[in-house]
Amino acid sequence: MTDILMPALSPTMEEGTLSKWLVKEGDTVKPGDVIAEIETDKATMEVEAVDEGVISKLMIPAGTEGVKVNAVIAQIAGEGEAPAPKAKAEKANGEAKVDAVRGAGGTETKARNDGHRLRAPEQKVAAAEGLHDPTLPEGVTYTKTSIRDALRDAIAEEMRRDESVFLMGEEVGQYQGAYKVSRGLLEEFGDRRIIDTPITEHGFAGLGVGAAFGGLKPIVEFMTFNFAMQAIDQIINSAAKTLYMSGGQMGCSIVFRGPNGAASRVGAQHSQDYSAWYGHIPGLKVIAPYDAADAKGLLKAAIRDPNPVVFLEHELMYGVEFDVPNVDDFVLPIGKARIRREGTDVTLVAHSRMVKFALDAAEELARQGIEAEVVDLRSLRPLDTATVIESVKKTNRIVTCEEGWRFFGVGAEIAAAVTEEAFDYLDAPPMRVHQKDVPLPYAANLEKLSLPNAQDIVEAAKKVCYVAE
Amino acid sequence: MAAKKPATSSAKAGTRKKAGEPSKAELIGYYRDMLLIRRFEEKAGQLYGMGLIAGFCHLYIGQEAVVVGVQSVLDPDDQVITGYRDHGHMLATGMTARGVMAELTGRADGYARGKGGSMHMFSREKNFFGGHGIVGAQVPIGTGLAFSNKYRGSDAVCIAYFGDGASNQGQVYEAFNMASLWKLPVVYVIENNQYAMGTSIARSSAETELFKRGISFEIPGELVDGMDVIAVRAAAAKAVARAREGEGPFILEMKTYRYRGHSMSDPAKYRTREEVQEMREHHDPIEMLKKKLLDAKHVTEEELKKIEAEVREVVNDSAQFAQDSPEPDPSELWTDVLVESRT
Repeated sequence: MTDILMPALSPTMEEGTLSKWLVKEGDTVKPGDVIAEIETDKATMEVEAVDEGVISKLMIPAGTEGVKVNAVIAQIAGEGEAPAPKAKAEKANGEAKVDAVRGAGGTETKARNDGHRLRAPEQKVAAAEGLHDPTLPEGVTYTKTSIRDALRDAIAEEMRRDESVFLMGEEVGQYQGAYKVSRGLLEEFGDRRIIDTPITEHGFAGLGVGAAFGGLKPIVEFMTFNFAMQAIDQIINSAAKTLYMSGGQMGCSIVFRGPNGAASRVGAQHSQDYSAWYGHIPGLKVIAPYDAADAKGLLKAAIRDPNPVVFLEHELMYGVEFDVPNVDDFVLPIGKARIRREGTDVTLVAHSRMVKFALDAAEELARQGIEAEVVDLRSLRPLDTATVIESVKKTNRIVTCEEGWRFFGVGAEIAAAVTEEAFDYLDAPPMRVHQKDVPLPYAANLEKLSLPNAQDIVEAAKKVCYVAE
Repeated sequence: MAAKKPATSSAKAGTRKKAGEPSKAELIGYYRDMLLIRRFEEKAGQLYGMGLIAGFCHLYIGQEAVVVGVQSVLDPDDQVITGYRDHGHMLATGMTARGVMAELTGRADGYARGKGGSMHMFSREKNFFGGHGIVGAQVPIGTGLAFSNKYRGSDAVCIAYFGDGASNQGQVYEAFNMASLWKLPVVYVIENNQYAMGTSIARSSAETELFKRGISFEIPGELVDGMDVIAVRAAAAKAVARAREGEGPFILEMKTYRYRGHSMSDPAKYRTREEVQEMREHHDPIEMLKKKLLDAKHVTEEELKKIEAEVREVVNDSAQFAQDSPEPDPSELWTDVLVESRT
């Protein structure tokens, strides 16, 4: 008796919906036969049998949501084995040795990004966690929206508003987006404005820059920012510098966007934080939002901005839902940090996904009697150092939190700014929380050791508060 | 990008430049334009020697027929983009000698107010999009300009110039692929001056017939005598018309020659004096056209001398202007980093 287990169809998938069985109990199956369909938030994947035999029992009814990865979903009786009676089948659970299934959805496995696409666990984050932007009208209502959909809404709204805005990138059209950010856009805007490119980052980034010089407003999606390294010459030498080199003639209104930073178990080449890289360059704006409202409001602002904007999203955040205000044309100013939590004892500065860890750390610190203030940078260039300095003047201590490496990093820049501008207010040297100074390892335990987390922030905060462990 | 929209360009069909046999006046115009580039570049070399122009300075001397011939079939809404050997292209698009020379001297009246220099000059007004210092980078950018034409339903064409050196860059082929896939109105003009800095084409290129480089992208190409302005014009006319009609990109390999080194600091020891001399004496684009004009009795020696004098006057004036123009105000250091936001 062989168990068929619920397959993990992406590096971050923890559960999924068993949407359909294509076999019934008593059917004979051969390796390669499609036996079921499983739905992730991005795609419906087919599941194939790996072993030969007779389906003896379907353990999970079709339509069941939230089936955990590795749960037994069916059993196969091998050659010569009698189709198992129910009691026997249950007993057979312990015999499972084979992960009997694999993803076999045509496009899913054909695409080069097969292993790259991730499904973040759908987390619900309460709106109360952050302080809402003070500019919102009294009595505004909110809709729970995933970051993925907030980004899509921002693109769609700006494309409706401005005919010169278009989206190009790998798999943005027919495939509906490698991470499904562009879901539905091809249907609404057509293939003149939602453009599937070949896998040719250097080329299409340059083409986008040319289109921007030609007066259009391209949104260039990189499947991940790791691949944008192929295109970084066009981003920096062509997009960022040409306005200056032309004495102000050649504006380049373009957005380079896509997921940035570590994903989950995808190894060193697919897990890098480019915040510091782009933050270094005059002539660029660099945005790295944390929640869905900021993702929407800042992406709309980025698309309208007459400058080249690097918009860093996070793979592990796409599925996370936040409150997004129901206001027409929700556009946020670029370059303003946001106080996510007020506190008096220590300032925690973070951006993108690290904000979540900083907020978690602040909760833990509060339990230990330390009130942390959490500053979400939102934009790295321009960098709102004024808000950071003001916070440090109040708390006298600072911990910077970033997913990238320490050397020449975002934390280094902020620590330098604080020591230059608020030295007399500091009661302790600034501390930096960051990724370990190694390429990101694949092994689960090593990956965990390499990446910064909430506990690291708690420990650093206690150090700058001179509180013993 | 599939949907093709009807042309709504400002230059409607019929008002486009006709590119038939050049008239006598046009031929004299090409002579004047080529001579202006030649004398301008000689002057730039001279100012470089005097320390008035600094940094990298790549002279176009010898290659004048390419840009003048191609430009002769373009309309004002067509775009031009090139690499760093760009002074000739700027003059050919109608940018002023004064503005270009003042940029070379790094002065406030230069096209980029002194912030670009020899390799980085632009003119929105003349649809000249640079002036790019990274070998090959202008090719995808030019392809993107063509994309913007098609997106808008304009029938304007972009001319993307690059050299034999750039033709070995990967991004050139990434651009070829998309241009052909989406039938973009771009003409790739490869100025094959036969040396990528100091490396001859035979030493750098497995396929030295560069007009064939589009074959695997289904982009047709043609080899053209780039020292003959009339041949250049005829080939460019066909390629531009084809692109304008929505039939996609074309490659023109212009076989040409630069008389000077790669840049001002290059002694050009990688080729013989005789080789250069042979080109100068028997293939010079300006001398060849001059002979044609005289043989056909289109002009007299006196008329040519008058043109020469006029050109020298323009060049001398630009040199004086470029020395008199002030250095940019120190406050210019901080301007044009970002466009001030509209919102």
